[in-house]
Amino acid sequence: MSDVTSDQVLTTQDGKPLKAALAKALRRERLRSLMLIAPLLIFIMLTFVAPIFDMLFRSVENQIVSETLPRTVVLLEEWDAGSGETPGEDVYQALHYDLMIASEYKRHTQLGTRLNYEKTGISSMFRRTGRRIADFGEVYADQFAALNPAWEDPMTWVNLMASDAWIADQQRWAASQDGPEPTFILSETAVAALPATADIYGAFAEFLQMEEGDSPTDEQPWNAVYAALYEDLADNPQAFSTFSGTNADLLREAVEAVPTFATASMKELFIDAEDGWGDAGNWAVIKTFSPAYTPGYFLSAADAQLTPDGLEMKPENQQIYLFLFYRTLLLSIVITLSCLLLGYPIAYLLAALPLRYSNLLLILVLLPFWTSLLVRTSAWKVLLQQQGVINDVLVWIGLITDAGRLVMINNATGTIIAMTHILLPFMILPLYSVMKTISPTYVRAAKSLGATDWTAFWRVYFPQSVPGIGAGAILVFILAIGYYITPELVGGTSGIFISNRIAFHISSSLNWGLAAALGTLLLVAVLLLFMAYDRIVGIDNVKLG
Amino acid sequence: MSALPPYASPLQKTWYYSFRVICGLIFFFLIFPIMIIVPLSFNAQNFFTFTPEMLALDPAGYSLKHYEDFFTNPSWQQALWNSVTIAPAATILATVLGTLAAIGLSQSHVPYKSAIMAVLISPMIVPLIISAAGMYFFYSRIGLQGTYWGVVLAHAALGTPFVIITVTATLVGFDRSLVRAAANLGADPVTTFFKVQMPLIIPGVVSGALFAFITSFDEVVVVLFLGSASQQTLPWRMFTGLREQISPTILAVASLMVAISIALLTVLELLRRRSERLRGLSPG
Repeated sequence: MSDVTSDQVLTTQDGKPLKAALAKALRRERLRSLMLIAPLLIFIMLTFVAPIFDMLFRSVENQIVSETLPRTVVLLEEWDAGSGETPGEDVYQALHYDLMIASEYKRHTQLGTRLNYEKTGISSMFRRTGRRIADFGEVYADQFAALNPAWEDPMTWVNLMASDAWIADQQRWAASQDGPEPTFILSETAVAALPATADIYGAFAEFLQMEEGDSPTDEQPWNAVYAALYEDLADNPQAFSTFSGTNADLLREAVEAVPTFATASMKELFIDAEDGWGDAGNWAVIKTFSPAYTPGYFLSAADAQLTPDGLEMKPENQQIYLFLFYRTLLLSIVITLSCLLLGYPIAYLLAALPLRYSNLLLILVLLPFWTSLLVRTSAWKVLLQQQGVINDVLVWIGLITDAGRLVMINNATGTIIAMTHILLPFMILPLYSVMKTISPTYVRAAKSLGATDWTAFWRVYFPQSVPGIGAGAILVFILAIGYYITPELVGGTSGIFISNRIAFHISSSLNWGLAAALGTLLLVAVLLLFMAYDRIVGIDNVKLG
Repeated sequence: MSALPPYASPLQKTWYYSFRVICGLIFFFLIFPIMIIVPLSFNAQNFFTFTPEMLALDPAGYSLKHYEDFFTNPSWQQALWNSVTIAPAATILATVLGTLAAIGLSQSHVPYKSAIMAVLISPMIVPLIISAAGMYFFYSRIGLQGTYWGVVLAHAALGTPFVIITVTATLVGFDRSLVRAAANLGADPVTTFFKVQMPLIIPGVVSGALFAFITSFDEVVVVLFLGSASQQTLPWRMFTGLREQISPTILAVASLMVAISIALLTVLELLRRRSERLRGLSPG
């Protein structure tokens, strides 16, 4: 190499600079390793990471209000929730249209359930009103029909509302009956002249075609469409001028008659159907939760609530989550400490014994580790019952009377005992792997310098085993706070964790948003703990079995 | 602690023996609950405790009826069938993807290695209830909720971290000059992989696959949310059985599962010994 001078570049055999060749080789190697990782990375992203993000999204997502009541929500923006007065007639009119559409799609009950999380009673308000909403516009429908029976004919409406192109398409389709009916299209004239009517008639046609498989040519519109027509004609008496032929004649006749029509106040109809609609508080709830994203679920998860006046804590008797988080934390700490108490001596013994004995004893630790969680939980269920083995033995040896059998299951005691047993191997294994590396010479040196057994252990051995304690304790704690199965089966009501509440909200109460918010909080706690674990042990050093 | 020196004081002697007794009790605590269900599963009565006949070792107190029930009851058989069709599919998926990724991760110069590792390990860290919740929300959006493949994909995702960890551990002791030697002798990467690398890392792959299998086979939380009634697996059936306290057949199933765990544990132990022997680390 001595003949290499500064202006001479090292090259490979085929003349490429060595540096470039090396960089290329490295790049190829890097690419190859990424190609090997990519399939799994994509797989985990799709099957696991995306669902987690979906959950995070759901914990703040709140589109149901603005999707179900789009017209109402827009008008409510003008309304001052602090005034204590109910909104004006226009808001009730918008609610009439929104609720009419929602009740046909059967979505109003979902919305009621959602808002019921924020204020009890709203659910039944929506449900009951939904049953009667179809009649709210009846007074208008009757009067239009009395004025001219043509208004009862579905074809009158199609001719008035549909675009010419659609009518032509529809006729061609009706002749051939080939495939589905062409999707209904509103005519631009109708949208311009009769905006409210076109809006709700469009929704009506879409519902018929999508949900019922019916044609707008066969069905008389909802009563709400007549109400909208009345509203449009009253607002715009010149509406007929842009129409032609029979449509124009019909509308002209209607415009002339409209001022003589009997009217109905939607506000009165709503309040009549359900008193709740006259309560400004209920309207305030709808307004508060109309944005597409809400911190509401997180606030509920922290026992707080968003009211029109701002943030406040829920009433004392409805505060359950903070307590549940506290209990999850407390029980997890107790379980971790019991695991440490039972695991430390075992790990110490295993580390001190010669390898051939310790390998045998290790099997006694690994067997529970490998045994199904449900097997172990069922074992504890059998053992801890009041008519179970432990109570039988205690009665038999006379420690307790037959009447005084201990209650060890379906409470916190059951959870602690069963989970300590289930998580104990997770404490012993990291402890053991650390203790195995502690050289016995230090303890011998301490003793030869005059330390007692206790001092030698406490001052020399114990400090060296602390990393193992840290690793085991965090591992057990992480596993404990997210546990679901065991508390569910042996915890009764006083031994359940926050995870059980999450499961309850997913499968029973169907409050998915709250389940997602509780899950997000739990996830954050676990990730923080895991970062601590990573600091102490490192992900790469996770050992199994 | 390994042996009691002859000069030990009475106090030291007492402590030495009492420490062993304490450890014995803890081992008892670990093993007893698992072992107790085996004799109980032969109970002739529908009780979850020992009957006087059983304690008197009277043969009339014992019977195989709970095992019979398990093998004849269609709902248990359906659950068994679901378990043995879901777990292998998830295991194969997890093992193939996990092994490839572990080999990729073991190379030097992998960009963003720790971030990738964190993502790949995450299914093991995130509490099952959260994974179950997220997957339930997401899979019902895309129509996988309540399907066989939905459960298989979810279980495969949960199993991959174990494959990665075990295979990575074997690769740590893998001498990369062997690969270079093979390449030097003219083998292409695929031949090198199957002829040189694979035989050496196979114990890690197999134990990873066993972990993935047991993860899926024992898993109940995710399948409880993701599956529909037609995907009911053994653990799920046990879970509902325990919640509703129906029959001691659960104990017969549990005993069979203990037997499976013992078999798995034996296989793993043999694998561990083999790989230690191959590397010359045998304890003798």
